[in-house]
Amino acid sequence: MPFQSNVPPGELSEKWKQYRSSMPLVAPNNKRRLEVIIVGTGLAGGAAAATFGELGYKVKVFTFHDSPRRAHSIAAQGGINAAKNYQNDGDSIYRLFYDTIKGGDYRSREANVHRLAEVSVNIIDQAVAQGVPFAREYGGLLSNRSFGGVQVSRTFYARGQTGQQLLLGAYQSLSRQISLGNVQLFNRHEMIDLVMEDGKARGIIARNLLTGETERHGAHAVVLGTGGYGNVFYLSTNAMNSNGSAAWRAVKQGAYMANPCFTQIHPTCIPVSGEYQSKLTLMSESLRNDGRVWVPKSQEDAAAIREGRKTGLDIAEQDRDYYLERRYPAFGNLVPRDVASRAAKTACDEGLGVSPTGLAVYLDFDAAIQRYGKSRAHSLNEYNADDLRIRELGVAVIEEKYGNLFEMYEKITGEDPYVMPMKIYPAVHYTMGGLWVDYNLQTNVPGLFAIGEANFSDHGANRLGASALMQGLADGYFVLPYTIGTYLSQEIRNPVVDPDGPAFRAAEAKSQERIDRLMNINGTKSAEAFHRELGKIMWEYCGMARNAEGLRKGRKMIRELRQEFWSNVYVPGRIKEYNPELEKALRVADFLELGELMMLDALDRNESCGGHFREEYQSEDGEALRRDDEYAYVSAWEWDDTEPVLHKEELIFENVELKTRSYK
Amino acid sequence: MENMKLKLRIWRQGGKFPQGKFVDYELDGVNDHMSFLEMLDVLNEKLINKKEDPIAFEHDCREGICGTCSLVINGYPHGPMQQTTACQLHMRHFRDGDTITIEPWRSRAFPIVKDLVVNRDSFDRIIQAGGFISVDTGQAQDGNAIPIEKDQASHAFDAATCIGCGACVAACPNASAMLFVGAKVSHLAQVPQGKVEADSRVQRMIAQHDAEGFGRCSNITACEAECPKGISVEHIARLNRQYIASTLGSEKVAN
Ligand SMILES: Cc1cc2nc3c(=O)[nH]c(=O)nc-3n(C[C@H](O)[C@H](O)[C@H](O)COP(=O)(O)OP(=O)(O)OC[C@H]3O[C@@H](n4cnc5c(N)ncnc54)[C@H](O)[C@@H]3O)c2cc1C
Ligand code: SF4
Ligand code: FES
Repeated sequence: MPFQSNVPPGELSEKWKQYRSSMPLVAPNNKRRLEVIIVGTGLAGGAAAATFGELGYKVKVFTFHDSPRRAHSIAAQGGINAAKNYQNDGDSIYRLFYDTIKGGDYRSREANVHRLAEVSVNIIDQAVAQGVPFAREYGGLLSNRSFGGVQVSRTFYARGQTGQQLLLGAYQSLSRQISLGNVQLFNRHEMIDLVMEDGKARGIIARNLLTGETERHGAHAVVLGTGGYGNVFYLSTNAMNSNGSAAWRAVKQGAYMANPCFTQIHPTCIPVSGEYQSKLTLMSESLRNDGRVWVPKSQEDAAAIREGRKTGLDIAEQDRDYYLERRYPAFGNLVPRDVASRAAKTACDEGLGVSPTGLAVYLDFDAAIQRYGKSRAHSLNEYNADDLRIRELGVAVIEEKYGNLFEMYEKITGEDPYVMPMKIYPAVHYTMGGLWVDYNLQTNVPGLFAIGEANFSDHGANRLGASALMQGLADGYFVLPYTIGTYLSQEIRNPVVDPDGPAFRAAEAKSQERIDRLMNINGTKSAEAFHRELGKIMWEYCGMARNAEGLRKGRKMIRELRQEFWSNVYVPGRIKEYNPELEKALRVADFLELGELMMLDALDRNESCGGHFREEYQSEDGEALRRDDEYAYVSAWEWDDTEPVLHKEELIFENVELKTRSYK
Repeated sequence: MENMKLKLRIWRQGGKFPQGKFVDYELDGVNDHMSFLEMLDVLNEKLINKKEDPIAFEHDCREGICGTCSLVINGYPHGPMQQTTACQLHMRHFRDGDTITIEPWRSRAFPIVKDLVVNRDSFDRIIQAGGFISVDTGQAQDGNAIPIEKDQASHAFDAATCIGCGACVAACPNASAMLFVGAKVSHLAQVPQGKVEADSRVQRMIAQHDAEGFGRCSNITACEAECPKGISVEHIARLNRQYIASTLGSEKVAN
């Protein structure tokens, strides 16, 4: 299969402009005859489906959710980056490009990232035009805040519900195209296989989740905007139903999986409270604008807190270790996520954790409440405000900025974060890895495209905060609608794809057999139980810190678990009905293969970079040791049941100099 | 408390119970840190281990934002806590020995799929009828070209936070969806970009609302009380004003 990045020639900043003015176009009358299947209605899929509809293609869009509006993008909290430089603080397209490359620890493709930075500005304009109610300043202009790993303020936000508002914008545009008849919606439909014909992606097999019937759908191109696979860890901040199956089905048909081991562990999540835990809740990174991370300096204090003899409030200022500010004075609490997460783990490994499980650190807003309170009092001419009044004013500012997050925290933990410092711990959050794609966002399978979190494209080994929303919308609104034309312009001579042809029938039969096999095992353990076990193996051996021995062991354990699954899983209910347990079992079956590939990939990468920390490769003070001479490549894996094959795409850096990332 | 014992009365429909009925379950070992849905997970795990049919309920984000979860708990849509979705409800608000009744949303426009799962496609069709601003990708001007007053943007935002869950319908004796429709009409009418189509939007959305079989609004305001996002009935008032103005002032007919 072809394996070229297809980056156009020319100066970095001119590539995309030149590409657009020289790419082949599809005439409007031909667009009407070309069919495109889009799987996923999140920011990436929703934006793409709406835009393709507007352009005049015949679009079929699929989601397993009951409504397009429920895609996991809805849960994004903190914000979306764009190089608008509205704050006049020195931001630029180049700077956003550079921050993203550096933040990703030099493991992404320059040309793709630069294009992302270029179109970022259009996204904000588009969203405003759709009526997205972004936060504004008193003068009526758009407001910004800062996220980790950068020194400018370029993040646009809508309180703590940025993903919701952006997704509703895309959903509404998509709804308009549905009402105009340009897009056909298949909600509660899950793609369970990709159909190939003559070496090209030609359609999908979908299961109607209400009736359990399988369906065949053909098209000239298939686009996957199916999100990330963080739920392979069982516990993550992803929605319960997020899964990797659509991408994995494509991998089973020959698509390459790129950098599967690059997982983002987010530093600020609500800690695990017990065995029954079903998911973890993120506390947005935006909180690190104002929250200070600390643990007690002494193990005695930490133990007293864990046993309930003391609280965070009892620890005097001089007995606290604001370890991020101490270790990384230049970026302080706003270091990138991978750095902040590892530092929290280190603190807890040293016995300084502050929850009963020992796995939590504090995120404290007291200083911010004081600071904002004083400033607000000043602007209200209350020069003699007492401490209580200052606190009250400060709390009001914090509430305005993060109210819904504080509320969410209180609901889950039963503690009031305006009084007690929050307890947080890292959790799996995002997968930088994904389907390998070229500059056109096309996988190595002709006619199969991947967008949003489902591809590996822009974030290297670590994603910066507020950049996933940017990438999903960039791919869906502004990149794929152009690049897919390059492929579809070659397809105008193939007027119809026949979903009743032999390739489709064979694929459908294969899917049905797979489902039959699962239902007939009739073992003793639920899919959920297998999933939980898999998650524990992944977290233990392929989590925040990895080593060769553990990875080998983990891989073996997953293979054994997979065998057990296929001989002992129990799936209740029937095939031809609404059956959430069957849906789950199909997804867990795929996770049991994907997990193994993640272990393999982590084992191959004998270096530490971004979210991938190999204990064997660290400096004396515990910082990651990257090895550019040997590992400056994208790993693209071809699946094989016994021994997956590694293909390498060398990363060529012509515009940035590879440096050791330093946030000190 | 570490070890609560509960009696659960749960609506089962489909499969063995085609007409639907309440079935009683006993569950012990419930921990007060659990979320309500985690409590149901524990029950389902037990049922599956006994090879019984687990209870179908819908959920996804489990943090109160996707609008998927949809349980009537002890008679209250999303349960007894104000401004809290069922998935955000925690067991610390219940006591050892409690009996808890769990039902689906009940409305003609939300047919039951199975047990506690309903079909809310009607909401999507209402949005398709006009809940958008007609702008194509790439047509936008600069994001800061039109300043919007901070408070006004904030009011638009308040309306825009509706999660499309349908609790307002479940709470309403008339099964009206006016709070849902009002929230969208009001959100879009309060940003300058949305004013252009405001008249036709309200006409079309209301026509679709009625066609779906939702009931009329008679100002009972149970919707506001049960809405997990605290969407105010003021948005219904704004919708009504908009509707009347558009009927009087415009020749355009909803089609
Ligand atoms: C709690 C949380 C907060 C976040 N906050 C931020 C933030 O502040 N800023 C930021 O930039 N990023 C944030 N992120 C990351 C960001 O939200 C996601 O990376 C992004 O939204 C993914 O969008 P997507 O369109 O690629 O996929 P998703 O939104 O996950 O959508 C996937 C879609 O694919 C469909 N689908 C999947 N598989 C199938 C199948 N087999 N058949 C049919 N349909 C299928 C689903 O139904 C869904 O419609 C956050 C993530 C989380 C978990
Ligand atoms: S108005 Fe409130 S109750 Fe009704 S759908 Fe929206 S969020 Fe749910
Ligand atoms: S599961 Fe998402 S709101 Fe309850």
